[in-house]
Amino acid sequence: MRVKKALVGLALGSLGFLAVGAPAARAQSHVNAPDPSLGAPSVESETASVGGLTGHAAAGKVLYRRFCIGCHGPDGNGEGMNAQWIEPKPRDFTAAVFKCRSTPTGTLPTDQDLYNSLERGFVNSNMPSWNPLTPQQRADLVAFIKTWSPRWAKEKPGSALVIPAETPVTIESILHGRELFQKMECWKCHGPAGHGDGPSAATLTDSKDNPIRPYNFSTGTRFKCGETNQDLYRIFMTGVDGTPMPSFADVIQPNDAWDLVHFLRTLQAESLDTKESALWKTYVAAHRADIKPIGPDPAAGGQ
Amino acid sequence: MKSKLFMLLAGIALVGNGGVSGLPSPAGTGTINGKVTYTGTPPKMKPIDMAKEPSCAKQHTTPVMTENVATGPGNSLEYVVVYISAGDPGGAPPADAVRYDQKGCQYLPHVLPMQAGQSLQIYNDDQTSHNIHPLAKVNSEWNKSQPAGSPPIDTKYDKPEFIPVKCNIHPWMHGYFVVLNTSHYAVTGPDGGFSLKGLPAGKYTVTAWQEQYGTQTQDVTIGAGETKPVNFTFKALPY
Repeated sequence: MRVKKALVGLALGSLGFLAVGAPAARAQSHVNAPDPSLGAPSVESETASVGGLTGHAAAGKVLYRRFCIGCHGPDGNGEGMNAQWIEPKPRDFTAAVFKCRSTPTGTLPTDQDLYNSLERGFVNSNMPSWNPLTPQQRADLVAFIKTWSPRWAKEKPGSALVIPAETPVTIESILHGRELFQKMECWKCHGPAGHGDGPSAATLTDSKDNPIRPYNFSTGTRFKCGETNQDLYRIFMTGVDGTPMPSFADVIQPNDAWDLVHFLRTLQAESLDTKESALWKTYVAAHRADIKPIGPDPAAGGQ
Repeated sequence: MKSKLFMLLAGIALVGNGGVSGLPSPAGTGTINGKVTYTGTPPKMKPIDMAKEPSCAKQHTTPVMTENVATGPGNSLEYVVVYISAGDPGGAPPADAVRYDQKGCQYLPHVLPMQAGQSLQIYNDDQTSHNIHPLAKVNSEWNKSQPAGSPPIDTKYDKPEFIPVKCNIHPWMHGYFVVLNTSHYAVTGPDGGFSLKGLPAGKYTVTAWQEQYGTQTQDVTIGAGETKPVNFTFKALPY
């Protein structure tokens, strides 16, 4: 496994070399990330701005060595000593691809996004909440995390998604959200009832080819990137980079997105009492016969 | 946007002393052509089961085959990108966009070369949603949903890279964006043939890239109006 990885790395490295000819050395260093000095030159100067706090990478480095290195590794590539025992795998900071962003897919997250991830932790993973650290320490860690990839020196974070005020939770909103769940084919992965068992679910892998599961709404647990309706809105609009979950920002209008949020909440009805699920349960009790099942369109010759 | 770029280019052309990087690669009359073949035993391509996506399955009368090592008669290799990797001074990308289609739950073309900075348009021609997920490492990785009937995605890549493309919803869909520093490139057809036209006289390095077997290079010198044959042979392994 490790040998295979090394070979792939070598192959990618040489591809980069051949592809660009003379300025190859630079491109190659993007691909072959684990250069221990990678973060070093800018460590002193890199900062993070979170609310009124300014985080400093030099201070973050000390904290990283104590709290993060075991999983994320001395090279920041997610290959720390504990990584082999962990699923899902620790984040590879050298790739600068992050799941929880307020920014468009493919762009860097804001400092606040990274700070929020540290504060929240990642549910159903080994990444705990770092609330025991002080806000200043968390801001310092954000600054240090940004020294692992040269992307931070060259690019700015994308502009944060603007989330309009939530529309009222009505049965019309839920029903329209349900239509979107069918039309956008959310059910292909998340399943017709949101159980995470859609026809494509079993084949999903993340961008490093590790198997990954779609969220099972019926568990009612927090989402990876938050727990409020606003968080839910942001998650499907910006996508979860590095995973199969795409961004829907270009194909769902803001008010429609709120409708989808309201419907998605009804899928948690089995384990979570939400305003949306209460309304939905009442509606279903009265209109069971009118509700078309979600799933493949029988007209298209579905299963 | 495109017309602005054109005006900019025209402006540079009028001034006449624009730097190398501001102008498209100079046109010439030389040609490099040839054939890409294999020795050994390539893996057998497998039929793809699209039963889970009936709207795509019904578009194909015979099963679609995997394409990672596509071979033809006379040991020819298809979908090999052949391009000038050194000797081309480079230049501004062509104003025309390259087009990538998702049709019948396949990527058409399977391998799409383009110049860095060139406009890339991605279409969904199917009656189903696709998520288009190019797994870039040098460029940035993004992942967008494109439901049936959506407008094309208009994008570009700034840095040279071989980028695998996948659709997580339809795991059999595999393709490549090949982003190059040159506009002189070709993809081999079913007969393994390619032709790089319009080359000015000069000394070039020609690279052939196959998604499973990597790259090979050869140095070629051509004069004005000259046509030179260059052939590549990849060693195929059955796995």
